[in-house]
Amino acid sequence: MSVPQPEDGTPILELRGVDKSFGAIQVLHGVDLKVYPGKVTALVGDNGAGKSTLIKSIAGIHPIDGGQILFDGKPVDISGPRDSAALGIEVVYQDLALADNLDVVQNMFLGRERKRGILLDEASMEQAARDTLAKLSVRTLKSVRQLVSSLSGGQRQTVAIAKAVLWESKVVILDEPTAALGVAQTRQVLDLVRRLADTGHAVVFISHNMVDVFEVADRVAALYLGRVAADVPISTVDRPQVIELITAGRSGDLGIAPAVAEGVI
Amino acid sequence: MTGSTTVQQGGNAPAGFENDRSEDSVAGVVRGYVNKIKGGDLGALPAVLGIVALTIFFFALRPETFLKPINIANLLVQAAPITLLAMGLVFILLLGDIDLSAGVVSGVCAAVMAQLLAEQGAPWYVAVLGAIVAGALIGLFTGILVGLVGIPSFVVTLALFLGFQGVTLWIIGQGGTVSVRDPVVRALTNDFMPVGLGWALAVAVIVLYAALQLNRWRVQKARGLARAPLAIVAARIAVIAVVVIGVTAILSVDRALSAAIELKGIPYAVPLVILLLLVLTFVLGRTSFGRHVYAVGGNAEAARRAGINVTRIRVLVFVISSSMAAISGIVAAARLSSVTAASGGGNTLLYAVGAAVIGGTSLFGGRGRVRDAVLGGLVVAIIANGLGLLGVEAYLNFIITGGVLLLAASVDALARRRAAATGH
Repeated sequence: MSVPQPEDGTPILELRGVDKSFGAIQVLHGVDLKVYPGKVTALVGDNGAGKSTLIKSIAGIHPIDGGQILFDGKPVDISGPRDSAALGIEVVYQDLALADNLDVVQNMFLGRERKRGILLDEASMEQAARDTLAKLSVRTLKSVRQLVSSLSGGQRQTVAIAKAVLWESKVVILDEPTAALGVAQTRQVLDLVRRLADTGHAVVFISHNMVDVFEVADRVAALYLGRVAADVPISTVDRPQVIELITAGRSGDLGIAPAVAEGVI
Repeated sequence: MTGSTTVQQGGNAPAGFENDRSEDSVAGVVRGYVNKIKGGDLGALPAVLGIVALTIFFFALRPETFLKPINIANLLVQAAPITLLAMGLVFILLLGDIDLSAGVVSGVCAAVMAQLLAEQGAPWYVAVLGAIVAGALIGLFTGILVGLVGIPSFVVTLALFLGFQGVTLWIIGQGGTVSVRDPVVRALTNDFMPVGLGWALAVAVIVLYAALQLNRWRVQKARGLARAPLAIVAARIAVIAVVVIGVTAILSVDRALSAAIELKGIPYAVPLVILLLLVLTFVLGRTSFGRHVYAVGGNAEAARRAGINVTRIRVLVFVISSSMAAISGIVAAARLSSVTAASGGGNTLLYAVGAAVIGGTSLFGGRGRVRDAVLGGLVVAIIANGLGLLGVEAYLNFIITGGVLLLAASVDALARRRAAATGH
């Protein structure tokens, strides 16, 4: 294990003291998080720790109550999904949200079709979709004109991720992309996640699977009952420590101060 | 890429999608089509087989009348209002919704037109426009109830089914019947294009279709995209050409029963159907609106997250459908030369839904094309026409037509299950 190093470069996305409540229930307590370009940040935490709320806040689905979101070092106001999309933040949800009756190209361009006059520009869309998939070295799709209903789970995940890449997004948030996949398909998706970071994207990777996290992530951020227990390079922690952070909110010197950890129910 | 060799069971797709850039072979296209059928996506196949089988059946039973030019002209005119109504319903069904009031809406709009002609003495174009505007407004109303208020379309249109019958009754008044005497409106179904014009139109349709298909192929080739082989494109053009020329030839023969009068040419309703087929196919296949209709029908949540205004799409679809119902009502009124309190009631809606479903449009949303309405409309019209020639009793007519709709819906449901099982 190497000595913690100062992070190179500025974070593309930074959260400072973000609070979020639903009615009387406060779900996020002063969340600080840094997401770097070219790096995979694993976001881990037990069920109900606030992972989903956190990404939905970033995506603008649940606008934040307090704190600050900085994009590229500048404070931004994200009050709807369009705001986050305009900044270049794409979220790939667990249920993927693809239309089964449309083909790969049609899904990748859904809602943002290229047109010539009032006509859809199919040729240019097909080319762009294929270029994007080729750039990500996707070798598992037979044709970009296949209907999505004929794709396997891993292929669907690939299409959903490629869709996010197509829009030159700077931050790609993946919500448990390997949760429903078999061994071989998980392999495909993890390779894709790595390539995503290698092509300069900032990737937030939500997962319950420690093997996946340690394989693909550069940094790990652990949420415990709505608080960030740790946001550190993955080389500074080992698996038992991360599991401790997830289940108890602290591990050794890392994590939430004991008083606070015990204070939260 | 460790393990990448193990994950390519789906087919050995080379990097860069070489498969996708090349021209498919004829055998490949045929294989692809067979796989599609096996996978449960039957497309136009049931309707085409139905047309062939029913034609043979009725020709065998009524050889002296069924395939006579006069009956074929009659059949096409009979099919026109069913097809026009079904074209609008295809949009509704694509969303996975239903419009049970479409039939009676066609009656209301026809009554509006008839009264504008009879009571107000309006010129035909004002009356026709009035009917279509009435249809569009009704569609807006229905669409707002379904899309904005959020009432299931089944309930909204069931209520309107009842309500609009009352509206028709109210518009028509005490007489119970308003006759349509305007020569232009009546010409839709009772007058025929000059033979020369008919042939010119036939050639224009074939040339237009061929030009569109060949141009698309040329662009795909130039850009190096996936495309069908030229032989298949040519075959498609040939099929269309044969059908168009055949129908035109049959309708260009003098079909009058007495030698004293001359009766030949294409009924004006036919080019009307073709025109709307082209326009609506264009809207559904080539515009982003059409793409979004498919997306909402396939996965409304995905469409919403992709930034598509689902409510707007739903409202617009109801406007299109009800406007098509108005046009259908106008043609039906022209055919009967009158509008009655029962116009658009009875089996009008059943025929149209049946036409769309028989043609291959799914009741579950997301799958369907405008041409389904034309093919299915022909099937329904052949059944209605043939049973009429056989002189079967009314009770049997109802049972058979209902049975055909059930059969089509079963095929749709089974195809959907098969598609889910085989992953197509």
